[in-house]
Formats: sequence, C-alpha cells, structure tokens
Amino acid sequence: MLANQMVPQNIAFGVMATVMAYCAIRVVTTDNLVRAALFLVGVLAGVAGIYILLAAEFVAAVQIIVYIGAVVVLFLFGIMLTKAQIGKAAHLTGDKWPIGLGIAVIMAGTMGYVLMKAFGMQKVDEGRIIGRSAAVADSIFSTYLIPFEVISILLLAALIGAIVLAKKD
Amino acid sequence: MLNHAWIIPLIPAVSFFLIIGLGKKMPMKGSEIGLVSIFTSLVLALITAVQWINHTNAAVTGGEAGASDGAAHEAIVKPVIKVFTWWQSGGVKFGWGSHIDGLAVALLVVVTIISSCVHVFSLEYLRGDRRYTHYFAALSLFTAGMLNLVVAENTIQLLLGWEIMGLCSFMLIGHWWEEEANSRAALKAFFTTRTGDIGLLVGISIVYFATKSFSIETINQTVTDGKVSHLVILMGAIALFIAVIGKSGQFPLHTWLPDAMAGPTPVSALIHAATMVVAGVYLVARLYPVFVSGFSIGTNVTIGGLNPMALIGGITIVIAAGLAFVQNDIKKVLAYSTVSQLGYMIMGLGVGAWTPAVFHIFTHAFFKALLFLGAGSIAHSGSHHSFDMKESMGGLRKYMPITFWTFIVGTLALSGIFPFAGFFSKDEILAFAGHHGYHSFMYIGLVGAFMTAAYMTRCVWLTFFGEYRGGHAAHDDHHTVALVAHDADVHADHHDAHAEPHESPWLITGPLILLAVLATVVGFLNAAPFKIEKFTEWVQPRIAFPEISVPDFSWLEAGESLAIAMAGILIAAALWSKDLGRLRGLTKRNKLAHAGYTFLWNKYYLDHLYEGIIVAGITGPIARGAYWINQKLIDGTVNGVGIGAREAGKWVYKNIDQKIVDGAVNGAGMAASETGGLLRGLQTGKVQQYGALLFGSSAIIGLIFVIVIK
Amino acid sequence: MPINAFLLLAAFLFCTGLYGVLARRNAVLVLMSVELILNAVNINLVAFGTRFQGDVTGQVFALFVIAIAAAEVGVGLAIVLLIHRNKSSINVDELDSMKG
Repeated sequence: MLANQMVPQNIAFGVMATVMAYCAIRVVTTDNLVRAALFLVGVLAGVAGIYILLAAEFVAAVQIIVYIGAVVVLFLFGIMLTKAQIGKAAHLTGDKWPIGLGIAVIMAGTMGYVLMKAFGMQKVDEGRIIGRSAAVADSIFSTYLIPFEVISILLLAALIGAIVLAKKD
Repeated sequence: MLNHAWIIPLIPAVSFFLIIGLGKKMPMKGSEIGLVSIFTSLVLALITAVQWINHTNAAVTGGEAGASDGAAHEAIVKPVIKVFTWWQSGGVKFGWGSHIDGLAVALLVVVTIISSCVHVFSLEYLRGDRRYTHYFAALSLFTAGMLNLVVAENTIQLLLGWEIMGLCSFMLIGHWWEEEANSRAALKAFFTTRTGDIGLLVGISIVYFATKSFSIETINQTVTDGKVSHLVILMGAIALFIAVIGKSGQFPLHTWLPDAMAGPTPVSALIHAATMVVAGVYLVARLYPVFVSGFSIGTNVTIGGLNPMALIGGITIVIAAGLAFVQNDIKKVLAYSTVSQLGYMIMGLGVGAWTPAVFHIFTHAFFKALLFLGAGSIAHSGSHHSFDMKESMGGLRKYMPITFWTFIVGTLALSGIFPFAGFFSKDEILAFAGHHGYHSFMYIGLVGAFMTAAYMTRCVWLTFFGEYRGGHAAHDDHHTVALVAHDADVHADHHDAHAEPHESPWLITGPLILLAVLATVVGFLNAAPFKIEKFTEWVQPRIAFPEISVPDFSWLEAGESLAIAMAGILIAAALWSKDLGRLRGLTKRNKLAHAGYTFLWNKYYLDHLYEGIIVAGITGPIARGAYWINQKLIDGTVNGVGIGAREAGKWVYKNIDQKIVDGAVNGAGMAASETGGLLRGLQTGKVQQYGALLFGSSAIIGLIFVIVIK
Repeated sequence: MPINAFLLLAAFLFCTGLYGVLARRNAVLVLMSVELILNAVNINLVAFGTRFQGDVTGQVFALFVIAIAAAEVGVGLAIVLLIHRNKSSINVDELDSMKG
C-alpha cells in the first residue's frame, strides 16, 4: 500500500539521481569551462529536486534562487573575467589526476560501506516530514536567531572582502 | 563580592574601550584609565579573597559545631556561582557569570597584583612610546581576558577569555612591529597557540556532548560521579590537553614562548607570570576531574607510571632547562625557565599534585614577574636597551643595587632555595610525585631543579658580576644594537642619562620591591615543613573533586631537593666564573658583598681562595695537594659536567628546537621559506598536493577504522 | 524511500567533488567542485533532518550552508581574479609561492 504510493517518488528519484551523477561526473571531467558550469546547473537543479522529494520546499526554492540564479552566474563571470577560452581548453585536468581518483574511490567505498552498514534499508519516516516554510521561518527567527545574525554579518564581510580583493587599485 | 565577582573582568574590559576611545585626549595618554581600572580590580579581587577565606572558615567552623561527621561540613564550601544568560541558540543557553572557588580566587589575586605591577612599571618603561595609548589599551584587554577566564562559569566563557588573550598577546608581542623580527614573533605566537586552540574547541565540544553541559561545576560533578564513558572523556582530555600544550608552551609547541620576548618586557612579565601561559595550566586545574578520569591519573601507576600529562611536563622541564643554558639574551633565559616551570606545573597536575601545582602557579607568578621586570629594569637603565648578557651587561651589581637584590630574591625563589616561595611549591610537587608512585618523574623534577639553579646562577653571574661590558663603546650605536626598538626620537634626549648604567626610577623599582617581598613571603601560605596549610585549606575544592592523598612532609626529601638546587648554584657559579676569567677582580668586590647571598658568595670565596693560592705561588704540600685536587678532580668534574651540559643544550637547541619543532610550526603556513627542516620535502606550495595529503590520509584512516571496527 | 538512497547519492556527489578539487587545474573548476561537496553535505543535512530530528533543524542548517557557500564563491572568485591579474594564470598547480 505505502510501497505503491512510493513508486512515483522512486522513479523521480532514480531519474534525478542518474542525471545528477552524470552531470557531476561531467563537471569534473569536461574540458570546456562553460559546459562545466552548465553541467553544474544540472547537478544543482537535481539537488533542488531532491529537496522537494524530502519535502523541504523552502530549501529547494532557495537552492534554485541562490545557486542557479546567483552562484552559477558568478561562475560564468569568473570564467569570462579570467579570459578563459570559450570552447575546448587543453589541460584543465592536472596530470596527477589518478591520485585524486584513487582517494575519491577509497573515500566513496568507505562511505558507501559505512552507510549501508549503518542504515541498511531504513525508510524515511514519512510521518515526520515537515515541509511548511512557516516552520522553517519560526525556527530561524527564534531558535537559530543568533546564527542567522552571524551569517548576515558573514555575508556582509564577504561582500566587502570580495570588493576589496577584486577592485583594481 | 563573592556573588558579583563577574564585575572584576568587566572593569578592565570597559577600560579597554575607554582607552581606545578617549585615551589620546587624556593628560597621561590613557594610562591613567588603565591604572585606575586595574587597581579597582585589584581591590575587588582582594575583597573577594578575604570574603572567600571567611566563607571557608565559617563553613569549616560552623560545620564542626553543627555536624558531627566531617563530610557534612565539607560539603558546605561550595563554589559561589552566579550566571546570567548570555545568549541562547538552538535551545541551548549560554551563560556568562562567575564561578568563584579557591582556585579562581587565588588566580584573581595573582593576576590583578601582577597586572598592577606591570601597569606601574610600564608607565616608566614605555614612556614616550609611539603607541603608548594602544599599549595600555591592549594591556587592559589582556588582563580582562585572563580575569574572564579565571572567573569563567562555563567553558564557553573560558574560551572567550582564552581567545581574547591570544589576540592581545599577538598585539603586544608585535607592539614594535616595525621590526620584522617582532611581527614575525607575534605571528608565530598567534599561529602556534591557534594550533592548540583547535584542541580547545574540539575538547569543549566533546566534553559538552559527554556531560550535556558547558557549566564547569556540572562538568566536574558529572565526571567525578563517573557517569561518562571513559573513552569519550579520554578523547576530551586529549583534545583539551593539546590546547594546554599550545597555550602553556609545553613541548613540542613551546617555541613561541622564547620568541614572544620580542614584545616589551612588562608584557613578557605579564604573559609569563600571570596570564596567557598560566591559562593552560589553569584550564587543567579547573577541569581537573576530566583529566584525572581521562588520563587515569593516580590509578595506572603500576603500568610504568606514564600518563601523557606527566610525560609532556617532564620532557618540557628538562628540555627547556637545557636550552636556558645556551641563551645569551637574559629574557630568553627567563623565557625558557618559564617553559621549564610550566613543565613542573603540568607534571605536578599529571601526577596528582593538584594543590602543589596550583600553589606553584601562585608562587611562580610572583618571582617570574619579578625576574622579568628586573630584566626590564636592567635594559631600561643599565644596558642601553639591550638584553644580551654577554655583550652589554656584567658588573651591574654596583650600579643597580635594588634591581640586583630583587633579582637575587627572584633567582633564589626560582631555584627553590629554602625560605623563598619556590621552595615550598616545587618541593611539594616532587613530594607528591614520589608519594603517588611516580618516582621517575620525581627524579626528572630533581634534575630540573638542579638545572634551574645552575642556569639562573649563570644568568645572575653574567648580568651582575664581573666587569661592566656595555661600556661606552656601545654608546654611539646603542640605538642600532638595541634589541628593543625604543623610539629613537624620544630617547635621544635621554641619551646622556643612558651613557652610564644607573638605578631605575621608583616607578620601576617600586614594583620590583613589592614583588620581591611577595616572592619571599607567599611561600609560607602553604609551608609543609611548618604544618601551615592555609593555601590547601582555602583553595582545594571539597566537592566534585577526585580524592588526593597528601604525602607527609619529609625533611630528608626536602633537604635532598634543596641540596641539589644548591649544588646547581655552586657548580654553575664555579663554571661560569672561570669561563669569564674574572676571578681576580672578584676579591675586591667580594669584600663589599653582603653576607646575605651566602651560597653564591661562599662559592666565590672558595674559588678565589684556590685561585689566590695558585696565583701567589704558595708552595707546600697542603696547598699543592689542594691545588691538585682542585685542578684535577674538582675542576675536571665541574668542567666536564658543565661542558657536557652545555654541549647537550646546544645540540638540542640547534637540532631539535630550531629545526624540528620550529619546522613543524612554520610548516603550518608561516615563514615557510625559513623552515629548512625535515618537512621541507612536503612543502611544495601546491595546494592540491596538500589537499591530496589531507583527504588521502583521512580516507585511509577512515578505511582502517572501518576494517578494524567492522 | 530508503534514506540510504539520499545518503549514497550525497556520498557520490561528495567524492566526485573531491576528485574535482584534487585533480582539476583550473581554479574556477576547483571552486565548482567545492560546490558539489557543499551540495552533498546539504542533501545529508536535509535527509538526516527528516529522518532523525523530525523538525526543521536540518533544513535551517542547509540554508545556512547555502548562504555561506554563496559568500565562499564570492570571495573565492575574487581571489581567483586577483591571482589571474597578478600571475596571468589560474592554474592551481602553477601557484607555489607558499613553497618552503
């Protein structure tokens, strides 16, 4: 019964996970900077979809606005301002990539094993999912007020820092 | 005051902002605000101390009258706690307040006294400095940080004080940042202690999750009750101990301390005696149940008696003392001696000697501040702002009698000679080490006592005896040779005054005299030989504290350590007096010398006697026999020991201290081009290689955990 | 749905990002890989939040991470620009002025 309801979700998850995995791999392997940014959009959009599956609508919306709307644009500006080649560029991957691959594989194996061992096939508790944005707002503006304020100061500092660093003197 | 001790750190904190804001407009450039605030804090701290003593006495006597069994009245002497909610987040309240018990009171008194002395001393020492106002502001904030740490009610408040001190030590060590060496030293101090601070953050988190509390009282109570798994507490204790190693200059993170001498001398006194480095030891004393239960102090003696704290402390004692032999900079001798004495405190805490270790903090603060301020007085008035004992000191005894005598008091106290403060505290640590079965550490401590006495004798000899070597030759270029870059413009008009060494003005000698008196008398607060245990009574916690058995005082053991310290003084005196070849001139001055400093004096007298016999060419069997014994046996042994010690010290300094330890610290990112040590091969400067090492090692460690734990 | 589906996906993203950080020469690509890692962490936060907390703590922290990531990208790209201006190259393996 419950399993039947879960089918569409499972399908959606499968599709998104596949797209995300493909895009993620392409981000780190493609030899075209602009394409890497576009594949990154694919991953980020997929992550937003995952949030919706987990009923975290507000986070999904923020993910789309901040990441896809702002961060990716920043990346494109970065690519442009550093006068990178548009189109294929040689040597975007260093010649020590096998080391990175080895470390990543060890890490992935270890984490995968630990996760399977720890959680097995436990289900997400559907009843406990809270999706209301109001709950998020309540939490941020009561329990986590101080971290919230700290983060706004951090953003301000980052803003000023970025201007100071990037401006031509 | 007991309930409102949280005011004490607030006063200097407010004074910091006042000095920053208004200081430049004030007639004394803001120093008066600093002075007023620190004296207010001092008075309040003393009131707190008196009230605490009354509180303790009342509880003890009231309990004896009321309850028949001892346990009932002992429980009454609870720490006085006052908490405000500072901020809350994620459902957790963070308090700010005061946790006043004997330990906090003892430290409050020490910190405010030393800080007051340093403030007064600085008035003269930094007169006309170009950042005079900022200096006093930083001094105020520094004191506020330490006082805040001392009264801290919870670990977060403690962290706040800890970090404020890190920042202020950076500002003060780099006070004369125009010279690159100074700004480097400041950075080194900052980075090295930051390395340790990571341990503090991790440790506080672990302890929080183990005990579900930031409150020091609750943490101690929970851990003492044994409600927490030993493994978790061990992890927490290790993490916290890393912080202690960084802050208290324990091996292998001790290298920043000698470099911190780049700051103005009063700051060195403050850092080394009462604040900063003591913070680490204080942390251990404050959260002692965590360390006792984590490191199994006192219970695993049978397994070789090793625990990390005693071990690190023991290593530090010997290594630092060895290094002190080869320094020509008087402040560096004192710096290494501080490292070594901190080793005693850590070792003491590591072997279960809580009260003696805290008492050693207490006494050490007075005599170390005295020595540092003495060195500052010498540099100010005697040696043209140079701290080089071999180049620009010597013979200052005649010129600076007050500085000389107070320095002698400090030296004797540091060496642990009988009536002075250092004797009572150091000897108790060693007695506890032996009593608790840590015999190897007792011997390390004795070796350390010997070395301490010897290098301090060398230091005193080079500074105050012999010929004055600063001379007028250094007169012309004294601004360039000066290690301390006093403001040249301001001092130009004082130039003539500095041509001849002279005694410092009263603003400098006043604090020296006060500290000398304190260094002489505070030992009697806890004088085991006379069954005076006031300090123990007032300071040792009665609740949430592990059981500590107290050794009986034995004159034999005390005599042993005393004899060893004296031997150190005598041998060093013999050695370095010969080295400098200044024995001939000694006779005249010896006649002038007072009978007070007997040990030093007697040795010179003996030595002079031998030499005099030789020089006069007196023949005859006795003289010849004495000569033979002197030359072949005594001198041979003495020189052999001395040279051996010196070479070992040099080797350690050159190879271990300078290359490996410094290399590791620098490798953390600072001054990498100077490193040249073992780690050089890894320092490619390529970020991705660092990343690969970091993630690779964590991946492999993770894999190992998975395989091992399954 | 099994919670492991989300966690394994996050682990995969994390390791891909890790590979990118370690292997890519271009600084902008390295920053993109860092974004992959941060997103992996966010998925974990939200998934664990629903699984264990039953409240929105996980989501709140994910929001914080997003905010910090935005700041990180801003400062990171400014640094990259500066490096490009000074060294006319943003290949991270050519930057070794920290060499000891």
